[in-house]
Amino acid sequence: MHPDLLSVQDVSVSFSTEGGTAHVLDAVSLTLRLGEIMGLVGESGCGKTTLARTILGALPPNARVRGAAISFDGRDLLTIDPREAASEIRGRAITFVPQDPFSAFNPLFTVGDQIFELMRWKSPDRRPFEAGYNRARRRSDRDRALTLLRRVQLPDPERLLKKYPHELSGGQRQRLMIAMALLPEPRLVIADEPTTALDVTIQAQILMLLRQLAVERGVSVLLTTHDLGTAWEICDRVTVMYAGQTLETAPIDAFFQAPALPYTRLLLDSLPSGEAPLRGIPGEVPSLVSAPSGCRFHPRCPSASEVCRVSRPPLSEPGPGHWVRCHHGLVG
Amino acid sequence: MLAPFPQDVDTYHLPRRLLGPSAANFFGTDRMGGDIFSRLLFGARLTILIAVIATSAAVLIGVPVGLVAGYYNNRFSDLLMRVSDVFLAVPQIVLAIAIAQTLGPAIHNVILALSITYWPYWARLVYAETRSVRHEVFIEAAVALGASPLRVMVLHVLPSIASSVIVRTTIGLGGTILVAAALGFLGLGPPPPSPEWGRMIAESREFLPQAWWYAAAPGIAILLVVMGFNLLGDGLRDALDPKLSRGNDAP
Amino acid sequence: MIARRCLWMPPTLFGLLLIVFTVSHVIPSDPARVMAGENASADQVASIRHQYGLDQPLPMQFLRYVKDVIEGDMGTSLFTQRPVAEDLLARLPATLELALFAMAFAVLAGVPLGVVAALRRNSWLDHVVRVITVAGLAMAAFWLAILLQLLFSMWLGLTPVQGRINGWGPDPITGFFTIDAVLRGDWETLGQALRHLVLPTMTLALPAVATIVRFTRAGMINVMSSNFVFYQTAMGIPRRRIVWKYLLRAALIGTLTQIGLIFGNLIAGAVVVETVFDWPGLGSFAVNSILHSDYNAVMSFTVFAGVMFILTNLAVDIAQTLLDPRGR
Repeated sequence: MHPDLLSVQDVSVSFSTEGGTAHVLDAVSLTLRLGEIMGLVGESGCGKTTLARTILGALPPNARVRGAAISFDGRDLLTIDPREAASEIRGRAITFVPQDPFSAFNPLFTVGDQIFELMRWKSPDRRPFEAGYNRARRRSDRDRALTLLRRVQLPDPERLLKKYPHELSGGQRQRLMIAMALLPEPRLVIADEPTTALDVTIQAQILMLLRQLAVERGVSVLLTTHDLGTAWEICDRVTVMYAGQTLETAPIDAFFQAPALPYTRLLLDSLPSGEAPLRGIPGEVPSLVSAPSGCRFHPRCPSASEVCRVSRPPLSEPGPGHWVRCHHGLVG
Repeated sequence: MLAPFPQDVDTYHLPRRLLGPSAANFFGTDRMGGDIFSRLLFGARLTILIAVIATSAAVLIGVPVGLVAGYYNNRFSDLLMRVSDVFLAVPQIVLAIAIAQTLGPAIHNVILALSITYWPYWARLVYAETRSVRHEVFIEAAVALGASPLRVMVLHVLPSIASSVIVRTTIGLGGTILVAAALGFLGLGPPPPSPEWGRMIAESREFLPQAWWYAAAPGIAILLVVMGFNLLGDGLRDALDPKLSRGNDAP
Repeated sequence: MIARRCLWMPPTLFGLLLIVFTVSHVIPSDPARVMAGENASADQVASIRHQYGLDQPLPMQFLRYVKDVIEGDMGTSLFTQRPVAEDLLARLPATLELALFAMAFAVLAGVPLGVVAALRRNSWLDHVVRVITVAGLAMAAFWLAILLQLLFSMWLGLTPVQGRINGWGPDPITGFFTIDAVLRGDWETLGQALRHLVLPTMTLALPAVATIVRFTRAGMINVMSSNFVFYQTAMGIPRRRIVWKYLLRAALIGTLTQIGLIFGNLIAGAVVVETVFDWPGLGSFAVNSILHSDYNAVMSFTVFAGVMFILTNLAVDIAQTLLDPRGR
């Protein structure tokens, strides 16, 4: 068994807004092993993007983080010196693939400019706190970048570096984003809905590419998605989030074959299949300013009982490596 | 009126000329012995009258031009916008000077000069805004239901762009006052003895540096009124257009 | 894009001439009367009417006017009896020197202030900057000029009250006193020229500073929330690098569109500022011409200012296409 690379323990995040305080993450826990691809699944607004940003340390200023620890590679990201986090962790040990490759590039600079800006600060060859960017390092970074661009199947990379973002297709830009996430030779890549903005036909290619590269380099990936199909295609394990809480974690096979949580079952049932009519989940995602008591899913849950409304469900383990927070979870 | 010496607007009190600020004359007296404070209050009426009429005229020309050009968005629109570009190409005060020079210094000429130079600002604004809402669903729906172009423009397009026109008009009032004051300063405004603020500042120059209040008071009046209109415009913008005032603090 | 812009130049210039012609020949009931001045006899008016072709049909007059302007003939000043075009060109360097100093000051002060105000939104610094910009846009330039004269020249005696230089300027090379003084190595003249420049520059620059601060601040705040800034932040690229290289460039595109407008305001502002400071440029020329009812001179100045404004906007458009690859 691989050791844990990342372990998020009981982390809560709240935003103070004009409408009150929104508890976007509520005592969330998550572990990620070395070289593993974890899918973080949930509806929009369930907090998966906030969790990704919390790990990256890139939350907006009105956010408040509380919790036991986010330990990464033996260090606690909640207590680390912010300057060290910015220079040695963010973009270096943990990198990021954004949701929308169209707007993540600055439209006024060439792709090459932006890649070299990243490498200036995050190249594996950079010594700590090195300020300049000398010619030798620039040359080795260029070779490294060209190799990786070919590896993500971008044709004619020399010419590509001189292009502006708007001259590239969405698929090309997302391949670039994946290449840029891997260039600093990170240990963890956080991919936030990396294919949502792309055509369906390209989505599968990009996902397989991400998986291949991650496996080949032994890089862990935390992939947020609202699409169970995406999770099925490339993830080793899946964590389900609902209304700011992590409710179920399971290896991919167990997750699809023996889901323990009523919410997961409803999610799986809502997937379109051959003959059955489309089904949704009744009710709507609750407001995070005044979240339901007890299990946050109880107002929409078909198996909810009095205990669900009153107390937060305990953690139980219905199968090996399969963890669930549900009062009725063992029934599944 | 609040003016303590209303008769001072056009009468002389030479023995009291160029007195400094005192309890009787808050801002002192001018070269004719008139109470500057009283003259300022009458000047305010004049200045705001000029600004309101000139700006209204500019709005009445500019808004229809922009509305028609933006609604149809064809070659004729291009032409209209080019014409407004040409008017914008002449710095306002310069064209206003040319007009005031040709027609002579008088209130109605100042107003004419200001309206002619100001309308393109509204034309351009309304043109851009109309184009951006032209293909919104609620406009297309009105067109599809068979409403006449005039009806669509007046009843559907205009209300949806009204807030930015109102904001621009408020700020435009301030701008008009500045240009009008500059014309008055250059001797192209309403002729003496009208208490026009720009003219008062021009008159004060020969009595500097001793009679500093004579120059300072009208300038402060201009500053306060123009600033008032600008702040009102900013406030209206925030109140009418939530898009602009909301920050990027939301998660 | 640039070619299209250039193609629009001739019709715009033609339109400009049409406006000026309308103001000068069509609106007045008897232009010859206006040109001759108030005290002219009937004979003088008649002779002017004939001399300037004012007895011909309006379209003919207009065509003749356009032809003259294209040939660089803007008529003869009724006051100095010299060709107006010569007078304008002789006074151009003084105004350009002042306008360029004001523009440089406005950019050098306005851009950093706008950036800092945006970065520290709602801090005390932001509020101070906001008060300055609101006041700067609401202040009458001629009044500010008088206040500065009163304070720095009359009371403190730090700067000259009026004028461009004491005595004669340096022998002209470019016509810009500061540049000519540097070229000739005449440091005393340079110091003098600069001392004369300070107050007019400040006066002229204040509204420009305010405009630049406003647009830079708004542009920065607008771009700060864009995804590319989040991406670079999430990838741990240093904040100052993101701000001063990537954010600023994007924010300045909005500011750049205002430069044309600002320059137009500078020319307009020059009219009053030059009058107050007795600066021997185009603006005070225009005002003197008004006082002397020098009709040709006023109209020519209007055309001249319009042409300068059109050329500035053309330059801004070109600069913008160069800065923003999306427009190409």
